[in-house]
Amino acid sequence: MNKGMFNKKVLGALVLAAMLSACKSTPMTDKPAAVQDKSPAGASTQSSANSAADTSGVKEVVIDSNANNGNNPLKDPNNILSKRNIYFDFDSDSVKAEYRPIVEAHAKYLLANSNAKVVLQGNTDERGTREYNVSLGQRRAVSVKKSFNLLGVQDKQIETVSLGEEKASANCADEACHQQNRRVEVVYEND
Amino acid sequence: MKKMPSLFQRVLLACTLTVSAMMTSVSHAALEIEISGGNAQQLPIAIVPFNQDAVKNQENIANIISADLRRSGMFRVLETAGVASKPSTIAQVKYSDWASLQAQAIAVGKIEALPGNRLKVSFQLGDVLKQTQLADMDYNITPSQLRMTAHKIADVIYQKLTGESAIFASRIAYINKSKGRYALQVADADGVNPQTVVSSNEPIISPAWSPDGTKIAYVSFEKKKPIIFVQSLMTGQRITLASFKGNNSAPAWAPDGSKLAIVLTHAANSQLYLINADGSGLKQLSKSSAIDTEPVWSPDAKWVYFSSDRGGSPQIYKVSSLGGDAQRVTFDGTYNLSPRFSPDGKSLAMIRNDGGRYRVALQNLATGQVQILSEGNQDESPSFAPNGRVVLYATRSAGRGALAAVSADGRVKQRLSESGGDIREPAWGPLLN
Repeated sequence: MNKGMFNKKVLGALVLAAMLSACKSTPMTDKPAAVQDKSPAGASTQSSANSAADTSGVKEVVIDSNANNGNNPLKDPNNILSKRNIYFDFDSDSVKAEYRPIVEAHAKYLLANSNAKVVLQGNTDERGTREYNVSLGQRRAVSVKKSFNLLGVQDKQIETVSLGEEKASANCADEACHQQNRRVEVVYEND
Repeated sequence: MKKMPSLFQRVLLACTLTVSAMMTSVSHAALEIEISGGNAQQLPIAIVPFNQDAVKNQENIANIISADLRRSGMFRVLETAGVASKPSTIAQVKYSDWASLQAQAIAVGKIEALPGNRLKVSFQLGDVLKQTQLADMDYNITPSQLRMTAHKIADVIYQKLTGESAIFASRIAYINKSKGRYALQVADADGVNPQTVVSSNEPIISPAWSPDGTKIAYVSFEKKKPIIFVQSLMTGQRITLASFKGNNSAPAWAPDGSKLAIVLTHAANSQLYLINADGSGLKQLSKSSAIDTEPVWSPDAKWVYFSSDRGGSPQIYKVSSLGGDAQRVTFDGTYNLSPRFSPDGKSLAMIRNDGGRYRVALQNLATGQVQILSEGNQDESPSFAPNGRVVLYATRSAGRGALAAVSADGRVKQRLSESGGDIREPAWGPLLN
């Protein structure tokens, strides 16, 4: 437990360092790969992303988080907590049975880590108007939140937001493609 | 009918009339425009090249005026090169020359240099049949105001000869997505002079002009969720209008500019709120367990129209801007979104799902009659011209976003695109003074 807290702080420091060094948003999602990979390629990615800023701070973070990475259940590809997407049917906000294990695993984690906070990001496919899709994505996020609530997670650990169709891969030609866009993503604070 | 230009302006006229399509070359253009259709009665007019020896290397503003009038679909702009006389004042006009060209109206003018790097633009409009003067205007301007002055002259001609109110001296805002970045841009209503208001690597949507045209409200995802900002065009200064827990989106200015209707979620579904333009005085306007979004004010400020799925499928409703129960407005069709008022308050543009195709529709609020105006499959974001005669909207073409415009009677259509750009979320601003 202590170790977990420490890990989280270090991860937080990494995020902070990344933000201070003026990274764009994408490096945030690239971060797990960067911290895992000690190979020259990984190191060069990290330094080039921060080339204009305080590189010494970044190096320190890479070392710390690399040591921690294997212990972070949220990042462990073999742990169900690394699964973050809940997909929906067309025009539907109901959480399908096949995603119950993912919802339950995250609820359990949030109950066990009362300082942890998640943002549930709702997404839609590109059909319909942008603002209406912001609202539709929100409804999906609220639907997942209610599932968390039923499992005992308090609202103070959850924020529901929507990205609408803005993160949808455009020009979907078929239903399988649209389905990938209709999702709620579980994003941990400092994730 | 508005919008345009570019290096190579293509004018496609697919109407049943004989239309003289002059090719004009504009050096600093951004959006390329195609026009199709036209009014059954197009007024033939001669725009004589202005005497503008006082300004060097400047496109003759007669070209800008001609392009505006042609785009309206209501004028046939005549070729004047074959007429020997080149009057620059109405006193120099020999009406018989222009009557033989079949012109019914003639515009002439000149530009003179004034002390202090200013210019004087003079313009007169004549009725060729009656041989009378219809307008006589002088503009004392800086050189940078020359294009907008040309649009103002086009507006004077348009108003005098059609009886409609002005349209050309205005600007449009839109989002241009290019190389993974999103830019909120403002351009003259003919598509020229695009300027970036704000750019971000995260999406920007829902730009909304303040009624006085000095500010734009918009929704930015720069903090990984929708937040509403209000930004001054002149200074670039911006305030965070709404950044509450959950989503903050769909800003709509009240007609007096003092407050906005917005959409917040907190921890539940989208609901309507009112907020002062400085971010104070938040007040909930709608209460439902459904989605309420896309608010828009009626021009008399008495009502806020919005879209909601409270009845099952998305439809348009209205609520008093003082609060109270909502009433349903649209009953025709299974899916109606994005209400927008015509400036006279008599009709409502919206997006209708028409057999799986999302199109711009126009509903007459007195009769309830609905006309489908657009022809795309994913048309969005209708926006009226300041005089209500044209609806600008977003469409998709070859997998990319483009802007299109259609006259409110459906007759004249235009498409604006920028090579390499992905353009969406247009909003037509107010007339410039």
